[in-house]
Amino acid sequence: MARAATTTDAFNAVAEPRRRAILDVLAGGERPVNDLVHELGLAQPQVSKHLRVLREVGAVDVRDEGRQRLYRLNGHALKPIHDWVKTYERSWAERFERLDDVLEDLKKKEQGDDGSAD
Amino acid sequence: MTAVPTSGTAILTTPSDTEILIVRDFDAPKHLVYKAYTTPELVSRWWPSRRGRMTVCEIDLRPGGAWRYEMIAEGGFEVAFHGEYREIVENERIVATEIYEGTPEGDSPPELNVITFTELEDGRTRLEMLIQCPTKEMRDTIINSGMEAGMQDGMDLLEELAIELRGLDG
Repeated sequence: MARAATTTDAFNAVAEPRRRAILDVLAGGERPVNDLVHELGLAQPQVSKHLRVLREVGAVDVRDEGRQRLYRLNGHALKPIHDWVKTYERSWAERFERLDDVLEDLKKKEQGDDGSAD
Repeated sequence: MTAVPTSGTAILTTPSDTEILIVRDFDAPKHLVYKAYTTPELVSRWWPSRRGRMTVCEIDLRPGGAWRYEMIAEGGFEVAFHGEYREIVENERIVATEIYEGTPEGDSPPELNVITFTELEDGRTRLEMLIQCPTKEMRDTIINSGMEAGMQDGMDLLEELAIELRGLDG
């Protein structure tokens, strides 16, 4: 399954540890850039660069309030990742549903073989 | 007798930092659940779920015996696991190692799976699968990939996923 190698989707955007750190901080609530700079111990240009990538994929929204630019997490953009994860959760449930079917067959067979029990 | 579909869904819990427990009840006697779990032709029918086709199912059901499952998932991905049986008590208990072959670094460290079959009062059987991981990190990777996660929990998931994805990019 080919995906663009650039940071054009949520998967790639979160593949960078500092961008994940930014998302972790924003998961706690809306923040101005300065907060992020302090909390992460990164230089402001670096933080801004990462925020730009995150904004490009929609993982982060920004709004102006007074003189401040406030950044917040947009969970919706990360939904593809969430969905992808969910498929694993479902795989166990589906597996067991199939096992139910197999067991129904085995039960029928066993009843058909009745009388030859040892 | 008409078949009553099992309403039970799998319940996933974490008994400790390095363990995952999956419990599911089946509407069938214990020996049949065990049979479905240990017979290659039968395992091939349920293990790949609806997500692919099983290409290899080797089960050498004895202590020290090897097992290997391989499937081709939709989209052409090959997914394979293998391990070794450590303990076999027919119709009761299987202890086996499990190694995921698909990590970019090669094989994953082995986890130890303890599978217990318990007959319930009404002819149903409880299957318990205790997955023991060498590290909490590995436990979390497995859980995170199988757990209903809210977006807050999602942050932990992202980290695990991203590690995997980075590996794939490399």
